[in-house]
Amino acid sequence: MSIPASAAPRFPVKSVLVPTVFLVFLGACITTLSGDWSGLFSRSAVANMLAFFVSFFPPAGSVAFLQRVVAAAMETLAISLIGTLLAAIGGLALALPASGRSGKIAKALTRWVANVLRAVPELVWAAMIVVATGLGPLAGTLALAIHTTGVLGRLFAESLENIAPEPYEALRRNGVSPMPAFWYATFPQVLPQLVSYTLYRWENNIRAAAVLGVVGAGGLGQMLYVYLSLFQVHEASTVLIAVVVLVGLVDAASNATRARLIR
Amino acid sequence: MSTVVRSVGPAPASLRDPSGPARIAWTIAAILILIPAAWLAEFNPATLMGEASLRATGQFLATFFPPALGLDFLELVARAAWKTVAIATVGTTLAVLIAIPFALIANRQLSVSALAEERMCFSCAAVRTGVRWLLIALRTVPEIVWALLFVRAVGLGDAAGVIAIALTYGGMLGKVYMEILESNDARTTRALLVNGASRMQALLYGTLPVCLPELVSYTVYRWECAIRASVIMGFVGAGGLGMQMELSLKMFAGGEVLTMLAVFVALVWFADLVSAALRRWLG
Amino acid sequence: MHVSALPASVTDSASDTLTDPMLSSLDGVRVSYAGSVAALDEVSLLFARGEQVAIIGPSGAGKTTLLHTLGCAIRPTAGRVRVLGRDPWAMPYKALHRLRSELFIAPQSPPLPPRQRVVNAVLAGRVPQWTTWNALKSLLHPLDAGAAHHALAHFRVEDKLFLRCDRLSGGERQRVGLARLLVSKARLLLLDEPVSALDPVLAKGALETLQQEAFARGATLVVGLHAVDLALARFARLIGLRSGRVAFDLPRAKVTDALLAQLYGAELGVAFQEPPSTDDARLKVIRCL
Repeated sequence: MSIPASAAPRFPVKSVLVPTVFLVFLGACITTLSGDWSGLFSRSAVANMLAFFVSFFPPAGSVAFLQRVVAAAMETLAISLIGTLLAAIGGLALALPASGRSGKIAKALTRWVANVLRAVPELVWAAMIVVATGLGPLAGTLALAIHTTGVLGRLFAESLENIAPEPYEALRRNGVSPMPAFWYATFPQVLPQLVSYTLYRWENNIRAAAVLGVVGAGGLGQMLYVYLSLFQVHEASTVLIAVVVLVGLVDAASNATRARLIR
Repeated sequence: MSTVVRSVGPAPASLRDPSGPARIAWTIAAILILIPAAWLAEFNPATLMGEASLRATGQFLATFFPPALGLDFLELVARAAWKTVAIATVGTTLAVLIAIPFALIANRQLSVSALAEERMCFSCAAVRTGVRWLLIALRTVPEIVWALLFVRAVGLGDAAGVIAIALTYGGMLGKVYMEILESNDARTTRALLVNGASRMQALLYGTLPVCLPELVSYTVYRWECAIRASVIMGFVGAGGLGMQMELSLKMFAGGEVLTMLAVFVALVWFADLVSAALRRWLG
Repeated sequence: MHVSALPASVTDSASDTLTDPMLSSLDGVRVSYAGSVAALDEVSLLFARGEQVAIIGPSGAGKTTLLHTLGCAIRPTAGRVRVLGRDPWAMPYKALHRLRSELFIAPQSPPLPPRQRVVNAVLAGRVPQWTTWNALKSLLHPLDAGAAHHALAHFRVEDKLFLRCDRLSGGERQRVGLARLLVSKARLLLLDEPVSALDPVLAKGALETLQQEAFARGATLVVGLHAVDLALARFARLIGLRSGRVAFDLPRAKVTDALLAQLYGAELGVAFQEPPSTDDARLKVIRCL
């Protein structure tokens, strides 16, 4: 067993310069933030905050209400399912040119599109789409589909680029057209990774679907937003519990499926 | 010209495709799940591609051009973007301050009671497990829900965003710090503890020198994520660029939204650059 | 050693076949990769329709490059190629694509996607004859599993029909790759070490099947082989390749042990400890390579 030797004596640029710059930067940030910070941490303010959170218990549990919560949970699940599925199809469509099979220009263009779709968060997409389609789960589904298409498009493109080219090339050299060659040679090679990525995104998307409702895109999120706005905290806490449970279930299902695939 | 192998049509009964029935069953199951799901999600391709819907979408997209580029507005956007960075930075700093004690408490390597026998005393284990569960709870509730709650609790504005980030990221950082510290080779720390060093000393001389680059690297990465999260939280009133975007959307000022979107994308890209450079330099 | 009977035209001299519009040839072909290393150098060869030829030579001699150049997969740096009577590099892209469906290149290591089932891997050889829609339908439910089964039966692997390719041994995969050839309609068959993973009995049987199939179709068969004894036993014409050049191009009877020793020169030297008697040399040429 060894004990680490002490550092050699030389001017520790990193250990002095970095914290200093950081503290200066932090100070600038703190001064920018408005709000009565001292008032925030006063005893009465903290007590109020605690009281606010305590008031959430107990969660509301009437049967009629629980039925509505379950219905909203089903809606959230549906949003995440359809949105992710659409994104898998869209992502594959994007990934084919993005992996370079159709030339450099197509590759650059589709990669740029995927980056733009990825960069804008699902919530922002949803907030914009709600303006066009109105309140409801459709906005959430489309927002998830659009954003996740960008994410999966890039992941799928990288998978396509990393597989062995021999099966595809052998078919092409024997006179098979590009599309059938893709389905016969490339797709079977890359399918497990595609499914794995899609399932992984579904785990993320169930969380996203739950919160998209906050901007009016349906499901548990919309319910939560409404109850919080009306300060009906008991109902809100039930919805929160439903969110946590739903997310946990989808995580478990996704992990189990991925474990089975690897076999 | 005859060939040795002629086409003989579908396989004789003994050659039925063994995975045929299973595939049909899965297909039926998928249809039974997807059709109601599509109905619940109100996803109807027919109406989406219908003329009225397409026209509405076209009109909606048209409102985005041209982007708003007036100087006053750009100044407003710049200030809001800086606010977002400030919220993310202060929030992440607080998150680190929250995460450190939790990670230390839950870290098994620093357990004195585990030195003699290989198992911890019961109360120590209970505390450690309790802390782990608390971290999980902080992480599972999505950030924006925390933002919503705190906007109700402390009012609209930056404070809600800072606290929301501090709590969720505190949980995330706590868990990752714990994992990094635990994946460290325990022998160095054990040696110090066995020879009578206090826990704090064992940490500073044993674990930290090795783990520090990884800890800092992950924290910088989280700061970059926090910038994105701050914008999202702004949509529910937690300040910064997101709040401005929501206001412009409500007023149907598409051009302003487009400018702010562009600024947001540029901000995230820039934070990504800074974060990558910092991590390379420090790591 | 059984030799399948070939039509008289195949064993005639090359001059009779020059007017055959279906001949394939390499004329002064040079193929060099990055830098100045020439994989093929001044290679001129003629292949009549229906001929069956073995190409032998030490490792790195250029057998693979020659097969791929003949198969329009590599464009020569210099010289001209004719495939089935046409110049592949002077054609529009669509015509080249159609030409490719008339030839079959079997690479050294079978290009089978690991998770694909054997039935689909074999039927992939028939895809050029199908429409895209039928090709896709066959993936869901094999359109002609019987033909795949029949083809696999020729190589004694028909019981693997519905297994995944990555569950097969090396020799089984090689035979599945050959079965793919049987369901195709190619008229120029270019095989690179097609029986390298098979034991001698299976190798002989597989080559026999391939040669019978080529004969039945009137297809030209060009096989790159490492096993000189197989080449001598089964092929009427042998081409020796060394360092990218044609060392000899002779009917079987005229290939002497001295020529073989010259072809495999350096490798032969490593295999011997002391100067052998002539009888020993002849035996060792055939066994050590």
